[in-house]
Amino acid sequence: MAASKVIGRLLQSLSALLGGAFAMQGAKAAPLPPDHAEAMYHRYSGGGLTSDGPALLVRKNLLDKVSLTGQVYVDAVSNASVDVVTTASPYKERRTEYGLGLEYAVRDANITLGLASSKEPDYRADSFSVDVAQETFGGMTTVNLGFTRGADKVGQKTIGFFDQAKHWQYRIGVTQILTSRWMASANLEAIADSGYLGNPYRAARVFGAAVPENVPRTRSSRALNLRVIGDLGSRDAVRGSYRYFWDNWDVKSHTFEGGYSRYVGESFLLDGFLRHYRQGKASFYSDDAQVQNTYVTRNRQLGTYDGNTLGGKVTYSWKKVPGQYEIKFNGALEVLRYRYSDYTDLRSGSTYSLSASVLQLYVTANY
Amino acid sequence: MIDRRHLIALAMLAAAGAANAKAAPNAQAPDFTLRQLDGPNLRLGEQRGRVVMVNFWATWCGPCRVELPHLARLHDKYRGSGFLLLGVNIDDDPSAAKALAGKLGLTFPVLLDSKKEVVGAYDLNAMPATVLIDRDGRVRHLHRGYKEGVEALYEQQVRALLKE
Amino acid sequence: MKRSLALLLGVATMLGGCAAPEPWVKPYERERLADPIMQWQGDLLASKNSQHVRDIREGARGANGVQGGGCGCK
Repeated sequence: MAASKVIGRLLQSLSALLGGAFAMQGAKAAPLPPDHAEAMYHRYSGGGLTSDGPALLVRKNLLDKVSLTGQVYVDAVSNASVDVVTTASPYKERRTEYGLGLEYAVRDANITLGLASSKEPDYRADSFSVDVAQETFGGMTTVNLGFTRGADKVGQKTIGFFDQAKHWQYRIGVTQILTSRWMASANLEAIADSGYLGNPYRAARVFGAAVPENVPRTRSSRALNLRVIGDLGSRDAVRGSYRYFWDNWDVKSHTFEGGYSRYVGESFLLDGFLRHYRQGKASFYSDDAQVQNTYVTRNRQLGTYDGNTLGGKVTYSWKKVPGQYEIKFNGALEVLRYRYSDYTDLRSGSTYSLSASVLQLYVTANY
Repeated sequence: MIDRRHLIALAMLAAAGAANAKAAPNAQAPDFTLRQLDGPNLRLGEQRGRVVMVNFWATWCGPCRVELPHLARLHDKYRGSGFLLLGVNIDDDPSAAKALAGKLGLTFPVLLDSKKEVVGAYDLNAMPATVLIDRDGRVRHLHRGYKEGVEALYEQQVRALLKE
Repeated sequence: MKRSLALLLGVATMLGGCAAPEPWVKPYERERLADPIMQWQGDLLASKNSQHVRDIREGARGANGVQGGGCGCK
């Protein structure tokens, strides 16, 4: 693949650059993350769809050389959303995802290997990832490189697994300490997909009639994310980010996010954020196609719309001994609203808009 | 035409840009006076005759916290033989240092350098940073960072300095 | 000759300054940066959940720092 050649060359020039940087400063890798555990209940509710479930994560250092992480994530979906109700019938199903991670330090780099497997009755996704984090320039600059390879099996309830999809993700990023209070980062990710990328249950509309959708069997996308975060001096911090996304299906999107965190009293932490997302449609997306084309989809995920999210989180530090252990209780709520410009709600005849909420209740512990 | 004198002048000008390490082996350790956690001031210069290990640490630094119990053990083992370990804490808020020192039961003197003047004077560019000073007040060993097992090397170097 | 000498002195001074830019935030000055509120990502499971909700509904993907597997997101 052309992308792997680019990555190969990038890695070569990067090691040359890093080699030079190491000669200047004694570089050392960041220490392994602390032992950590999280237990969460999450619930999404909106647009006729509810999805909730537990999630669990445990991370443990072994012999101070390796950090092992295991996680389980469950999604019990009850779906009566507009697409399902207008083209099929409501359903319930459960998705379970397992993840395993291994992080270790090799001289001056931290390497993380990951395995993930997601199972639901009609979809199976497995992936393997490698991420390298290298500190340079006296620890002021961290360079990240990552690669994920995914393989999916696509199924349909009545006929079983009938096709597959493959994914390649390439990541590169740099985080830079600007001052003793400010940091900035830039991340670029290129994703390539091949195989069955559509949805066997979704119908498109051509000249008012429902037809099976036909989506290209390849997709290539890029995303560039710029972030900045700073400490404001009164036990609070502010952060902002902008992401630009573009792909060869002609989808282009902008994501703006800004957030603020503040310690209140001895035990409380408050956090709030605002997120704005806007997207332009894929070239073959149409609410009701008036032209016969090879590819056609009515998947509103690929249409023209904007979305706004307002989120808030409260954290209560129950027990804290600096450096020994820390147990926190967290409650977070996000309120989302998506407004679609070119997707009609067939039940009402006007353009569709979706309001939803996400609730997260969880406990975290460092030990 | 450029002759040798000009070239030497150029070389010296270029070299002038390079920074000097402030704490270098075999140089006198920069003296300081800092307040201890439990009250009175302590001056490094008054510790002549003892082997002193100065360790710069912070509650927000992971490897520092892992290292502290090892340093406490080292201090307890050799204090009778003329060894002194000084833990210089650089937290903005000294009460965090007090809390952690209490929880870990640290027996060595914890000095407070919240203004970062002493750690800046030593300028070791790493956290944690450890300096071993001999009985004459000279810097003999520098350790940048902490790696599991290096406390064995500390013990070796302390014993060698105590024998002098 | 005086002009070329002056030029060379200027270049040498500049090169001396550019030899190795020193990191300007020392390791002992990074207390504020080590605070957990100085992370873009929140807690691990919560960020994964939030990102999953967005990945299902949005056409964009990637460059958000959350390592996730795939799913049959419909």
